[in-house]
Amino acid sequence: MMSAVDTSILDSLEFDDQNFLVNATDWTPAVGEAIAAELGIVLGERHWVVLNFCRKEWEEHGESPTIRRITKGADVGTKELYDLFPGGPGKIAAQIAGLKKPTGCV
Amino acid sequence: MKTKKTLLILGAGTGGTMIANKMVERLDLEEWKIIIVDRDETHYYQPGFLFIPFDIYRPGDVIKPKRNFLPRLVETVVSDIEVIEPDESRVKLANGRTIDYNELVIATGSTVVPEETEGLLDGGWRKNIFDFYTFEGASALARFLRTWDGGRLVVNVVEMPIKCPVAPLEFLFLADWYFHERGIRSKVDLVYATPLDGAFTKPRASSILGDMLEQKGIHLEPTFSTGRVDSTNHKIVSWDDRELDYDLLVTVPTNMGAEVIERSGMGDDLRFVPADKHTLRSDKWENIWIIGDAGNVPASKAGSVAHFMLDVLIENIERHIDGLAPLPLFDGHANCFIESGFEKGILIDFNYDVEPLPGRFPLPGMGPFALLQESPANHWGKMSFRWIYWNVLLKGGEMPFTSQMSMAGKWA
Ligand SMILES: Cc1cc2nc3c(=O)[nH]c(=O)nc-3n(C[C@H](O)[C@H](O)[C@H](O)COP(=O)(O)OP(=O)(O)OC[C@H]3O[C@@H](n4cnc5c(N)ncnc54)[C@H](O)[C@@H]3O)c2cc1C
Repeated sequence: MMSAVDTSILDSLEFDDQNFLVNATDWTPAVGEAIAAELGIVLGERHWVVLNFCRKEWEEHGESPTIRRITKGADVGTKELYDLFPGGPGKIAAQIAGLKKPTGCV
Repeated sequence: MKTKKTLLILGAGTGGTMIANKMVERLDLEEWKIIIVDRDETHYYQPGFLFIPFDIYRPGDVIKPKRNFLPRLVETVVSDIEVIEPDESRVKLANGRTIDYNELVIATGSTVVPEETEGLLDGGWRKNIFDFYTFEGASALARFLRTWDGGRLVVNVVEMPIKCPVAPLEFLFLADWYFHERGIRSKVDLVYATPLDGAFTKPRASSILGDMLEQKGIHLEPTFSTGRVDSTNHKIVSWDDRELDYDLLVTVPTNMGAEVIERSGMGDDLRFVPADKHTLRSDKWENIWIIGDAGNVPASKAGSVAHFMLDVLIENIERHIDGLAPLPLFDGHANCFIESGFEKGILIDFNYDVEPLPGRFPLPGMGPFALLQESPANHWGKMSFRWIYWNVLLKGGEMPFTSQMSMAGKWA
């Protein structure tokens, strides 16, 4: 049995209309766990490699990394990244890491 | 005689040509010389590549000699650019020449890189796999389509960002029309596979364009990020193991900045030059500027965007020459005609903050265009863009648009 994650921590936080956290500074690892749980993802060690990288990129450059940036910088293969965050890893990793949607899409 | 200062422009495509034409009027040529470098003597009207596969345009419509568009007072050098050395303010060319500069404009654009996708260049390339983002690809596809009698045509965008993100949709709309005209539309399945979660990047336009795909019987396959191409079994496979069969694959490969950007260690992971999205200045070097597709700014990569960047760039370069800080004037303004087939089109107008909205777009002298809505006027707008491009845009002439977006006539 997996232990259920308490998602009530999210109730007091502000999200935009696409469900991205409005203030990246409101984020804590527990918030990340809760967002992931809402998306049906249980976070393991490899998820955290990616999420920590995303947070670091944001702190250094003020932006969510693209998929390419993640695979180069965090030493995670593209295939693995899609397995970890099914459906759109750039977007979903950013969402769980409490960051904005990556701006690669214009 | 004192030595002149140098404004060096790398790339003589859409952006480079415009800035050369403008700066030659603005700078004091007693004090400055302007040099522009490009490896290619031919200027390609890339928006025209869309029409080549359907024999709407012929090669002569999209190719002209670059020298026709470059001012006489600008020194034009035809050579590959070997490397940029930004710390020394110096550029080395493949022809052996080294150019020191005071101000540098990078306008080396973006190109498709099919090598980035496993299997894309294997057996099927230019046999039943084509791109239309290059002149050669679009021309080869035109030859192929003339004798194709139907089957499953998949258009896929490998990854974002791509230049002119509406072009794949336009290709599908035109394909629908073309196969109708040839009387074989019922024998062709049209499929659009995109890594986006809808037809376009911005929500309102995405839903309207999505409806249009549906009405035209074009199947949308969203969130499809192409991992590899299996050209033996004629299928593309996504990173999350979905498969799509094709008889004919029309692909938009990964778009990247120029190789010289990587060789010079100046690019991001896609070889785009990091720059401030409002001032258009390099994040790292205060005498380096970007125009057009070459930068990493999150605006659409389109000729119209390069045009809107132009005024901001001129002002900021002049300010820098005068010792002033650049102004954050660029708002990401983009304006695209979308060809929708059957002699109709759509117009979208947006910037960093405001997504495309419906309404009317008043252009003095060109009449009202319907925004986010199909109309014949929009089609003629698109078709006249070619004339405007060759005769007005490249010369940096006045266009009936302002650089910053206007909300006039829009229904917010
Ligand atoms: C199919 C298609 C449809 C499009 N439709 C539209 C549209 O409808 N509307 C619109 O506004 N835009 C459209 N675009 C986009 C538009 O064409 C580009 O955004 C625009 O041309 C970018 O201008 P640029 O100056 O940045 O680059 P480019 O015009 O591509 O110029 C780059 C130049 O740099 C040179 N160069 C690069 N590397 C080197 C080197 N190492 N040495 C020497 N020279 C070098 C190249 O030879 C080239 O001449 C379309 C593009 C495509 C492919």
